[in-house]
Amino acid sequence: MQLAAKFETDAMLTIKDLQTPLIGPVDLSLKSGHCAAISGPSGAGKSLLLRAISDLDENTGHVSLDGTTRDALPAPEWRRKVAYVPAESGWWAENVQDHFVETPNLAELLQAAALSNALSWQVSRLSTGERQRLALVRALQLNPDVLLLDEPTSALDPSSVARVEALLKARLEAGCAVLLVSHDPDQPSRLEAHRYYMNSGELFENPAPGAIQ
Amino acid sequence: MSGYQALTYWDLVAASLFLILNAIFSIALNLGLTRTLIISALRMTVQLILVGLILKAIFIAGSIWWTLLAAAVMGAFAGREIWARQERRLIGLWGPGLGAGAMLMAGCLVTFYGLAGQIRPDPVWQPQFALPLFGMILGNTMTGVSLGLDTLHTTLAKGKKDVEAQLLLGKTRWEATRPAARQALRSGFTPIINAMAATGVVSLPGMMTGQILSGVDPQEAVKYQLLIMFLLGGATGLGVLGATFASIWRLTDKRHRLRLDRLSGGKS
Repeated sequence: MQLAAKFETDAMLTIKDLQTPLIGPVDLSLKSGHCAAISGPSGAGKSLLLRAISDLDENTGHVSLDGTTRDALPAPEWRRKVAYVPAESGWWAENVQDHFVETPNLAELLQAAALSNALSWQVSRLSTGERQRLALVRALQLNPDVLLLDEPTSALDPSSVARVEALLKARLEAGCAVLLVSHDPDQPSRLEAHRYYMNSGELFENPAPGAIQ
Repeated sequence: MSGYQALTYWDLVAASLFLILNAIFSIALNLGLTRTLIISALRMTVQLILVGLILKAIFIAGSIWWTLLAAAVMGAFAGREIWARQERRLIGLWGPGLGAGAMLMAGCLVTFYGLAGQIRPDPVWQPQFALPLFGMILGNTMTGVSLGLDTLHTTLAKGKKDVEAQLLLGKTRWEATRPAARQALRSGFTPIINAMAATGVVSLPGMMTGQILSGVDPQEAVKYQLLIMFLLGGATGLGVLGATFASIWRLTDKRHRLRLDRLSGGKS
């Protein structure tokens, strides 16, 4: 199974000719339990790519998960399976608690993010890093098959980065696929990620070493 | 009851004495309000005298077509007003069309219901009843719809991240826009709710005052006023609900995306 890997038949997330007015066409495939990391200058379209995959912006092309095409699923169901966490998530209520549904894994996830007491807090008093981790917890609650993460650790101190990466590794081991945008040059190797590079809306595999950042 | 006391045009000139005094104060104190004050007073005078003439002509003609034409003109003005009062508008024909459509549907339905069901003039479209009633209903629905849409569009444009965060958690477009819809409905309903709460305590409603001044028994005037308030409340509610949900439908799509590209930008 791992050896036949190169081609998309057993790929979990398959993207072909994904295009919006600003990016693409993009081809990408991501296997269960694998991680891909995209780097590139700001404005290259990295976030737009993630938005297009989660169908938040209008786009054309073919996207499928385990052979099921995206259009065959209602968009809300697709987004629960392919969960996208933007660099800055929205908080629509005053209290942290109102943004979470009670699921059996909630307490455990909050503990793993070192935010066990956060539910009783107010959103306005959260730091950027706390928001970032809570947004990740919120997405992990959905038990998605694929995680699309936009700079998930950009606002975190080193110990929190380690904690989030441990959470992600656990997910990868459980068979989840992770596609992340990262400006941290060492993060891809820590997550054993396949590297991609994005520039002017185009996605390249294996960038030349100098091209990262 | 003493009956109706007719006014002469000289009475009106005399009544404007204090307004003219205000203009003189404004000049003396250099408030810079003189121009606007005089222009709006003159404008109002010309508008009302014209409306009086037109209404009288329509009443005398007693034709359903002239009545409908007058109603259509009122509807067009109110529709334009809804459009003008929004800071961010739907682009294309949806901008003027959606708000006016919701207002007219609610307004026509409720006006017809009130005329045919309760006031029952003969014929039912008799302009003396139809036009003032339609005007009042339209005016209130217009205020509600324009406030509702303005709030909705501003909330969605400024709260894009909040709506999208909910969409990303697998909520539908209706669930994700519920906080914005709630705010829009609240601000659209506020004027009519306030009007109902304050009516009769703070000021006597204009229509009731008019009826009492023209010699109608206060209890009869109150009944009429209540009828009107119920119709106004009903029409405003229907109009605001219709406009808000239609606009949410337009600003999202089948794939449950927020489509702010269908909204024109704000002032900045």
